Amino acid sequence: MSEWITLLGFSDQGWGISLLKGMLVTLQISIGAFIVGLVIGVLTALAKLHGSQSMKVIARGYTTVCRAVPELLLILLLYYSGSHGINILLQALGFPEVDIGGVPVAIVVLGLVQGAYASEIIRSSILAVPHGQIEAATCMGMTRQRVFWRMTLPMMAPFALSGLANLWVSLVKDSALISVVGTNELLYNAKQAAGSTHSYLTFFLAAAALYYVINLVSNAALRRVELRFRRWMP
Amino acid sequence: MNWVFEYSDLLIKGFLTTLELISFSLVIGFVCAIGVALCRVSETRWLAWPANAFTSVIRGTPLLVQIYIVYFGLGSIFAHMPIIRSSFIWPYLRDGFWYMVFALVLSFAAYVGEVVRGGLVGVPKGELEAAKAIGMSPYKVMLRIRLPRALYQVLPTLAGESVMLLKSTALASTIAVVDLLGAANEVRSMTFEVYQPLILVAIIYIVLTLIIEQFFGRLERRIPVRR
Repeated sequence: MSEWITLLGFSDQGWGISLLKGMLVTLQISIGAFIVGLVIGVLTALAKLHGSQSMKVIARGYTTVCRAVPELLLILLLYYSGSHGINILLQALGFPEVDIGGVPVAIVVLGLVQGAYASEIIRSSILAVPHGQIEAATCMGMTRQRVFWRMTLPMMAPFALSGLANLWVSLVKDSALISVVGTNELLYNAKQAAGSTHSYLTFFLAAAALYYVINLVSNAALRRVELRFRRWMP
Repeated sequence: MNWVFEYSDLLIKGFLTTLELISFSLVIGFVCAIGVALCRVSETRWLAWPANAFTSVIRGTPLLVQIYIVYFGLGSIFAHMPIIRSSFIWPYLRDGFWYMVFALVLSFAAYVGEVVRGGLVGVPKGELEAAKAIGMSPYKVMLRIRLPRALYQVLPTLAGESVMLLKSTALASTIAVVDLLGAANEVRSMTFEVYQPLILVAIIYIVLTLIIEQFFGRLERRIPVRR
């Protein structure tokens, strides 16, 4: 027991600070990726609903591929090609190569993967908005943008929110996959701690506990937000 | 693209490993899922509570962490036990494959257990009462009415969960099991082709997903429903 306290504690021999720092990076990656995924999801959903034929095909292809291919594979593929591609772009523009590892690439990669799921959630919740309401707003003379901001968005929010809450939880879990390509997030730090102390079980259980805490807290918070957005519903 | 022929043995071996992983964990996991669901709807508190806790913990933590706990954590404990080291199961316990199956079974049992529980709760009460009125024992009501009804209802969701399971098998490559992705990674390190092996494997995963969806679509059409 005392061994546990030294290992997980905050002293010089302990890895507590390292784990908590990792947890912070995990939260950073997850929040960033959630925002990126949301933006991509909204754009893809709009492309699927209102886009031209070619845009629809592209959007559908993107969703299918991202939902059928293992996340780990996509992360490997996008992580290397992403940093490679950005460097090629920078070179073409005449800038020196930079090492864009870590958090920003992780955010973009996870955002791209989650955007596919987000787009399906958003598409189905836009479809759940009664069509008569949209027609009424158009009759009032609202422009399409205004209809979207004032009518569609607030009315679809409760429908979308429960799906997005699930997406957030699975995003936090998927962010652990980033440890495979080596960004010092929670699981990566736990792996390092486990490797150098050989107490594998202790550190992986600690990492699991921290992930579980993130999910429990966000579940509770999201339930409140959902209630707030649902308040106009019967 | 010459590497495809050069390393076809490795890729086929990886493909078969992925198939083995998914079929073992699908079958065992589904049986466990029914067990978890039955425990969760049970009225006995000491059955329901652990099952609920199990589901919550497994669904609340990343699968990769669970795999590490099982493989590195349990693996290192087993390695320190002379009884296990000298027994006949040690060759199996040294290989990552069975740890992966175990982790996948746990995960599938939790996720599908949740779905099956939803199905069990959703069975119309009238049907259960009718079965009881005919004189069926509670055991028989569960076996002949409630469980089959629930399983029919969850079949469409099960297709999605099986696709998730297929995608999860790719994590086996992180604990040195040469599955499809593991094979692709080995090819990459030997040929210095960065993207092509990954893209090839991605296409195979998409095809496998389509096959799973087809399979469940067929199964769904065989359900006796009155339309």
